[in-house]
Amino acid sequence: MIKKAAVLLALVLLLTGVLGISTAGAQDVTELTIWWAQWAPADFLQQVGNEYEEATGIAVNVVQTPWGDFYNRVGTEWAAQGTSYDLIVGDSQWVGQAVTQGHYVDLTEFMTSSGIADTVTPATLQYYGEYPVASGSYYAYPTEGDANGWAYRKDLFEDATNMADFEAAYGYALAVPQTWEELRDIAEFFTRPDDGLYGVGVYTQDDYDAITMGFENVFFSYGANWFDENYNVLGVVNSPEAVAALELYAELYSFAPPGTNDAFFQEMNDVFMNGQAAMIMNYFAFFPVLDSDQNPFRESTGFFVMPAGPDGERYAALGGQGISVNSYIDDARKQASLDFITWFAQEEIQARWAELGGYTCNINVLESETFLTQTPYNAAFAETMTFVKDFWNIPEFGQLLEPTQRYLSAYIVAGEGTAQEALDALAEEQDAVLIEAGVINE
Amino acid sequence: MSQISTVNSVETARAQRMPSKQRQVSDIRIVQLFILPTIILLILMNIFPLIYSLYLSFTNYSVIADVPPQWVGLQNYQTILSDTRFWQNFATTGSYALVSVVFQTLIGFGLALLLREKFRGKGLITTLILVPMMLSPIVVAVFWKLMFNPSVGIFNYLLGYTNINTSPEWLGDANLALWAIVIVDVWMWSPFVMLLCLAGLSAIPEYLYEAASIDRASAWFQFRRITLPQVMPLLLIAVLFRTIEAFKQFDLAMGLTSGGPGDVTETVSIRLYKLAFQGQYDTGMSSALAYVILVVIIAVSNLYIRALNKARGS
Repeated sequence: MIKKAAVLLALVLLLTGVLGISTAGAQDVTELTIWWAQWAPADFLQQVGNEYEEATGIAVNVVQTPWGDFYNRVGTEWAAQGTSYDLIVGDSQWVGQAVTQGHYVDLTEFMTSSGIADTVTPATLQYYGEYPVASGSYYAYPTEGDANGWAYRKDLFEDATNMADFEAAYGYALAVPQTWEELRDIAEFFTRPDDGLYGVGVYTQDDYDAITMGFENVFFSYGANWFDENYNVLGVVNSPEAVAALELYAELYSFAPPGTNDAFFQEMNDVFMNGQAAMIMNYFAFFPVLDSDQNPFRESTGFFVMPAGPDGERYAALGGQGISVNSYIDDARKQASLDFITWFAQEEIQARWAELGGYTCNINVLESETFLTQTPYNAAFAETMTFVKDFWNIPEFGQLLEPTQRYLSAYIVAGEGTAQEALDALAEEQDAVLIEAGVINE
Repeated sequence: MSQISTVNSVETARAQRMPSKQRQVSDIRIVQLFILPTIILLILMNIFPLIYSLYLSFTNYSVIADVPPQWVGLQNYQTILSDTRFWQNFATTGSYALVSVVFQTLIGFGLALLLREKFRGKGLITTLILVPMMLSPIVVAVFWKLMFNPSVGIFNYLLGYTNINTSPEWLGDANLALWAIVIVDVWMWSPFVMLLCLAGLSAIPEYLYEAASIDRASAWFQFRRITLPQVMPLLLIAVLFRTIEAFKQFDLAMGLTSGGPGDVTETVSIRLYKLAFQGQYDTGMSSALAYVILVVIIAVSNLYIRALNKARGS
């Protein structure tokens, strides 16, 4: 009797289990958690998420972590193989690490078979989602496109006296700079400490990646690169083009307002809005405040794309992030996450995302007249997204970034040594990291 | 009859009040019950991480990689001890700790001597002087960063610099950045030294000074032969605490300069943080560095404790 009861119980449990597994699907998921850094675009994503809930009944919670803590928290969660989130809007530089360590779901089949991969600009797909480079394997859907651009004071540029003085001093008309050399001249021209005005604001912060991102704009445009086709850095990172770029960036810093020795996006907007800088570099994602009443120069603020290098090459340091699926959640939640991406990637939803203030990577939306005229900086953004370039995204990016920040800061901010010495030392340290990681041979 | 029943009922009641032998809890058991959770907590939160991180210091391991630790023996320690940059970090930390603690001791002791005197508003002034050490270091770093700003900060103005073009950039100048951290640390922690010294000074018996005065001892003699020896044990404790803290300096320096410009203010703790987190996640190497720091702090502390015992003995 007891034996029969035990067999019956086992059968019931087995059936319950089987049924449970077979019926547990995406439809059972009633909420999704998306993890992102704490900033305005995350609020916009929450609004889009609310509309997803209205459409599907699945609630979307966007959990935000301050930027300074974001990577460390994510790293800890990865270490614990945590399931506290379903999707993550992660930085482009993390892709290699996340992929090789198994934290992201492979989205290649999902994105190519559904055609989603074809809806976004190739550069964003490559830098936000693809790993390894040119492999055709995708791990993130480009969500928040971003790159460096420039804001400038049109009132200063269009002032008749300034225009005449500039032309007399430099031999050409004062206008939006087309080359880095022109930008340097304009920065020098507007550096008038006695009037409390300085030519330019550039990134200098050295605790994560700011100074590297700022420098990259000049570095890439001067024809320099972080590595060659075989991932070698010796003679590449410290090439003559790289040295010239570093010298120019350090010169730009000499035209920056005092106290910007540890400056990033917040400080850039601050020196612009308090009238200290005639031009500032910043990520487009941080420009909305310049088009608000907080900016006393709102009406006379203009925006332009990165100038070109000596050979006409033009690149902008990539910011922004792609959305990826956490590999440690169960299959039902993974499917629900993919369903959200499918919905989010639709053109009308991307248009809505852009309307709210998110920087879409959707080709059609980027090219639409509505988007281009939505804000004073959208046109510059759309143009910039066609020539973006990024830092390393291999798992060792952190070990490569740390000496980069250190040597750039030592030369640019502290004025230690020469540009050649700084880049020679950097190339040697990066070379050692790459050899130890097995990326290149000794 | 009634007497018998009364006696019986009293005995019954007494028997009910008496706990049975099985339900009795001995004093030792009570002690164990109170101590056991603490011991378990200590083992889980302190002893285990300590031993586990010691093991990790002999491995090549990254906490976020899904790869088990690989035993590398003493390689991490060799790398640390043979890398000139690590030594530079130690030198930076050592110079910072030395200068900072010396100034804190001098200022703290000086303030304590001043506050030993009786005057109107002494309590209020003492409380106000103690305010900096009650603040969060990161908050202190943020507002001092603003004060050091050559454009909008007040620090240069107070020093007499009115032209921002010639004002020093405290946090951006490689020669000044470490001094800037020292200034903030001294401002924040001199009150701590003062507090301990004040406790020592108030414990000195008044009759010692009276006897010295009768013998016509000079103020300097009284200070050297009475005040200093009497305060010395507490002063050494203050110096010990401040040295240990200065050697572990992280929050103020991170908040003010993040170790920059370049790495001129990169203390060992900031280096440890960058190695353990911030993109590198080199858990094995950072565990080894943490142990090197621990050994150095224990060694320095021992020197102080010996001096402390000597002072007490004399």
